Amino acid sequence: MTDAIAIKGLRVRRGGHDVVRVPALDVQAGAVTGLMGPSGCGKTTLMRSIVGVQRVAAGQVTVLGHPAGSAALRARVGYMTQAPSVYGDLTVRENLRFYARVLGAPLSRVDEVIDAVRVPARARQLVRDLSGGERARVSLAAVLLGEPEVLILDEPTVGLDPLLRLELWRLFAGLAERGATLLVSSHSLEEARHCDRLLLMRDGELLVADTPGGLSRRTGRENLEDAFVELVSRREEVAA
Amino acid sequence: MSPRITLAVAGRVLTQLHHDRRTVALLIVVPALLVTLLRYVFDGRPEVFDVIGPGLVGLFPLISMFLVSSITVLRERTTGTLERLLTMPLHKLDILAGYGLAFAGLAAVQAAVVSAVAFGLLGLEAAGSPWAVGALAIGNALLGMALGLLVSAFAATEFQAVQFMPAFVLPQLLLCGLIVPREQMAGALRVAADALPMTYAYDSLQRVANDGALGSRGTLDVVVLAGAILLALALGAVTLRRRTA
Repeated sequence: MTDAIAIKGLRVRRGGHDVVRVPALDVQAGAVTGLMGPSGCGKTTLMRSIVGVQRVAAGQVTVLGHPAGSAALRARVGYMTQAPSVYGDLTVRENLRFYARVLGAPLSRVDEVIDAVRVPARARQLVRDLSGGERARVSLAAVLLGEPEVLILDEPTVGLDPLLRLELWRLFAGLAERGATLLVSSHSLEEARHCDRLLLMRDGELLVADTPGGLSRRTGRENLEDAFVELVSRREEVAA
Repeated sequence: MSPRITLAVAGRVLTQLHHDRRTVALLIVVPALLVTLLRYVFDGRPEVFDVIGPGLVGLFPLISMFLVSSITVLRERTTGTLERLLTMPLHKLDILAGYGLAFAGLAAVQAAVVSAVAFGLLGLEAAGSPWAVGALAIGNALLGMALGLLVSAFAATEFQAVQFMPAFVLPQLLLCGLIVPREQMAGALRVAADALPMTYAYDSLQRVANDGALGSRGTLDVVVLAGAILLALALGAVTLRRRTA
């Protein structure tokens, strides 16, 4: 197994204290890794560090063998921010055509990705008039345009109906099968079962990195939510 | 830098404007209406209209492009689209040049309409060609765009961005010589005016309007203006940060 992302001694400080401390982390290539944890635990900051848009206090983040954020990675890493970063005053197609041109992707990709994320692309409807979930999917579609090798997706399934959520997780699995590396965050542990590997985060630290099955064995809990609680309480016992 | 990406950015900005026809209409109609208003305010003294008319025609695009670009770029900063673009394989100059191209195009239409109204319908007289006034107006629009882009980095909300207009542009308009000749101002203000880019924009327009050509001083004004645009763009590029806290 090769690692697409390697982190050593990462520290991000904000407002005078560490908001993310990750001594070591490897993210496996060709797999869907779920980054789970409550909101405010540092998931987005960790993802931003991997994309290379976060100013970090210390540590090395390496993606596909290059320092995070280096120019060589810009065509190979796709990042979907939590807030949909699309133009509200353009239509779905206009948004995606623009990003396709910037990425140098063929314009035929536009319809492919619209189809992949199942977002309605009505000719005259502006993105600002879509629902929050639809806007998020347009934002996701923009990431898919360039067929990046590494996809960093910040809560792509939030607010979607269960069927659509399942379809997106299938889409992610399909991308991983074709060799892409996906790091997908969610604050809902229910979604953990769709991931090949899991990272559980709390208060800026990684509690565990394991497969869903490994996590259940480690904690003796079948349910991942219970496993999370078990892990946190064990940790607090050690700390006390 | 890549022409493909520059054109993509310019095309996108124009498409956004295309969906916002009311803004485009305001951008094009309002300067023409204001010039008309001015013409009849000075109905009894047409010589005054001839003195301040060309300056006003040439400076409108600076003011409106300042506003439009500061708000458009602020939106890019706050909605995360700028952050996304900066994670993509493009050069910051592609973004700046794309914006410049789009706003120069818009400014050309604006300048053409206001010049046609002023010189054609309202009988504004200038020694130089209206085309020269129009060309300077487009240059001024680029200055407005570059300044707008720069100040958008210091605004957290659109309310703040709008307030930068009176803060950055109005003092320049007062000091450039359009309203009162600079020789009549207090010494300190004359020095301040010499440091402000709009002064050179106004002077170049006046030379075309009064002398019929830029001349060597006017050429110098244009060079200073070009320098100011490049400086503002360079400072603006510094504010497009790939890595933020």
